[in-house]
Amino acid sequence: MYLKLSYEIRDKYLRKDMLPTIFCPGCGIGSVLQYTLRAIDELGWSKDEVVWVSGIGCSSRVPGFVDFDGLHTTHGRALAFATGIKMANPDLKVIAFMGDGDTAAIGGNHFIHAIRRNLDVTVILINNFTYGMTGGQVAPTTLKGLRGTTAPYGSFENPFDIAELAVAAGANYVARWTVFNYIQGINSIKKALQKKGFSLVEFLSPCPISFGRRNRMKTAPELIKWYNKITVPISKAKNMSPEELEGKIIIGEFVDRDRPSLDEEYEAYKKRAKKMMGWEE
Amino acid sequence: MRKEVLISGFGGQGVILASVILGRAAAVYEGLYAVQTQSYGPESRGGASKAEVVISDEPIDYPKTLRPDYAVFLSQEAYQKYLTHLKEGAILIIEKDLIPHRNEEVEKKLKLKVYALPLTKIAEETTGLSLTMNILALGLFVALTEIVSREAIEKAVLDAVPKGTEQINLKALHKGFELGEKALKGEL
Amino acid sequence: MKYPFPVGKSDFIQGDEAIARAAILAGCRFYAGYPITPASEIFEAMALYMPLVDGVSIQMEDELASIAAVIGASWVGTKAMTATSGPGFSLMMENLGYAIMTETPIVVVDVQRSGPSTGQPTLAAQGDVMQAIWGTHGDHSLIVLTPATVQEAFDMTIRAFNLAEKYRTPVILLTDAEVGHMREKVDIPNPEDVELVYRKLPANEEEAKYPFGDIHGDLIPPMPIFGKGYRTYVTGLTHDEKGRPKTVDAEIHRKLIERIVNKIEKNKKDIIEYETFDLDDAEVAIISYGIVARSAIRAVKMLRSEGIKAGLLKLNVVWPFDFEMIEKIAEQVNAIYVPEMNLGQVYHLVKEGANGKARVELIPKIGGEVHTPQEIVKAVKRCEKCI
Repeated sequence: MYLKLSYEIRDKYLRKDMLPTIFCPGCGIGSVLQYTLRAIDELGWSKDEVVWVSGIGCSSRVPGFVDFDGLHTTHGRALAFATGIKMANPDLKVIAFMGDGDTAAIGGNHFIHAIRRNLDVTVILINNFTYGMTGGQVAPTTLKGLRGTTAPYGSFENPFDIAELAVAAGANYVARWTVFNYIQGINSIKKALQKKGFSLVEFLSPCPISFGRRNRMKTAPELIKWYNKITVPISKAKNMSPEELEGKIIIGEFVDRDRPSLDEEYEAYKKRAKKMMGWEE
Repeated sequence: MRKEVLISGFGGQGVILASVILGRAAAVYEGLYAVQTQSYGPESRGGASKAEVVISDEPIDYPKTLRPDYAVFLSQEAYQKYLTHLKEGAILIIEKDLIPHRNEEVEKKLKLKVYALPLTKIAEETTGLSLTMNILALGLFVALTEIVSREAIEKAVLDAVPKGTEQINLKALHKGFELGEKALKGEL
Repeated sequence: MKYPFPVGKSDFIQGDEAIARAAILAGCRFYAGYPITPASEIFEAMALYMPLVDGVSIQMEDELASIAAVIGASWVGTKAMTATSGPGFSLMMENLGYAIMTETPIVVVDVQRSGPSTGQPTLAAQGDVMQAIWGTHGDHSLIVLTPATVQEAFDMTIRAFNLAEKYRTPVILLTDAEVGHMREKVDIPNPEDVELVYRKLPANEEEAKYPFGDIHGDLIPPMPIFGKGYRTYVTGLTHDEKGRPKTVDAEIHRKLIERIVNKIEKNKKDIIEYETFDLDDAEVAIISYGIVARSAIRAVKMLRSEGIKAGLLKLNVVWPFDFEMIEKIAEQVNAIYVPEMNLGQVYHLVKEGANGKARVELIPKIGGEVHTPQEIVKAVKRCEKCI
């Protein structure tokens, strides 16, 4: 795989007047943004045919830094807005850049319903196990026992596995990587972007400032080491017992299928309506 | 000429549909102003049902009935609840079999012109379907009140009833006309 | 173009149905909603018509999502609408604020029922007036229309789209269960006779760089819709003229919010619509809106027949509000009565407008029924006696 220089990607896709980004040292969002832009670049897509949508959170600020049409909306609602964009103009390609709290907590309902409908959108999900922007509160993804400012003695709730949730709800493409699986990450994003229907690429992404510091992992390298410890490739996980998988996070490609997307279904529905009303043969 | 119509019975008798057809005949086919309002319980069937139609040759301000000029009562409950609301001299049609208890004192005091007929039974005999009672009552109503023309109500009935039931409903409507004529001649 | 309902003739239909047909004639081609009494008939009509006119009608997972989808559709240049009632309207407050902040033309219909909470689902009320105006947080303005008849519901729906497009703002059509469910004669115009307004688009690349800038001096920026190569960034955060987040700059915030408020306030004369009945020589004024105004017209006639010089001001728009006009009326009359199906909402606006120049009395009614004309007459007479 040939990788273009980062500067080329930066100059081609970022809005200079919006820089620098708001991201902290060691944050993984910039890396995932770069993977996404590289994927778009490799696919040769025009900047004018893609709309970026986001909710609220650190990751949701991404559409502001890229030189595309972008809708930075309300907390959790990105996919609801995306539904309007895609259905009103199915020619546009839609990317939703989201965080774990945004996706799985306040936006959980929109998330599962967008998947159920098979909305043609690619979700790039930054999962840092915390609410970074508001200062490190626990999220629905925070693993049991890990600390956040709203569970200072360690989270006592069960976490969501967002990728598995997306598979169960019916997504066409789901993959999960850590920020450090950059080749796999870029390839998965490329696949996801080309996939009709709902696609999700989730990244375990370090937040040393809000999350790591509270959990004895003050730097990104410490978080990488931790990811190495807790992640298991999907091929290996297949041969592991539930007990062995306890506390582990599976990475890899979860699903790749081609169910018809919402806009395709709606086109057929319009034809059916006209036929039923005798407007068309 | 503000005219107020109150139709009431229980859910499933077609009270609302009858009121919609009457309003439509006036508004669409007679060029009059008409407002139809309704109230019913949250249950879809069986609860009390009330519909009001106000018809006028000028724009209608208050859309509900104040003192109905005409009424159709299809249940004992409706009769009891709304009898005293009627205007003096109002024309009242009632479903005789479903309203066994009458208040002759009030009827007399209000000088009501009451037409009490076993409407459901007649509908069943006429069309084989008791469901057509509301349309039959409409026919009777129009013949007695002449608030809209027979052509107008016919057209409105045809707009409103399900496809395939046109003939049966027209039959009920015409039976209503016939009963009205008889009633006006004092032959009932 | 073919329409899925008769045009150029009269029909006898419910207010909800009239709103749906008017929206189609106004060019609305995206509807997102969630079932709720007494607004579901609007959705059901849209579901029937939209696929036939190549529009979209979609049932979302809740009202938060419904209004969000509508805003998304508007940013790709599609006229879009959602409809709901109190409980759903409460959920919409969040993204109503987003639509105001991002200056997105949308139409939101609230078919009011009694509240708070689930209240009386099938019965009418006027309890959402203040929520429609002030329900979303922060300083803002928007437009709220209040139809009293099915014909007005129809006409004002078209006007709601036109105002939304003209002023790049959300417009609320604030109706109620009574108008929504009532059937009435409506004259449905020929589509070519319907006057339609479309949002101002950027004339060139340069204009498109300022999606939130007052570049024409009319307070309304052209809207660079998505997918046209303008690459516009839109955020609910405080932003500068180019749309860039500037969240701690007081001056930028002041400039943005004042423009958003002023584009409505400074165009009050164009937006506000009202009707008067017998007001010229009135000594007693009734100020009313929506369904209750119809009782009030009759009450005026009844009061006049009893020798009381009453007159009516019927508000077709409750926001923006013409406080100056109310003061003029207050200077003319002895007392102003405000019958409302709530415990006092527009009453407070009228009181502020009257500015102490006349007594302002509320005639409240809650529980689901419209004031009868007699109730208004009685309340006026009781108070007129007590002077």
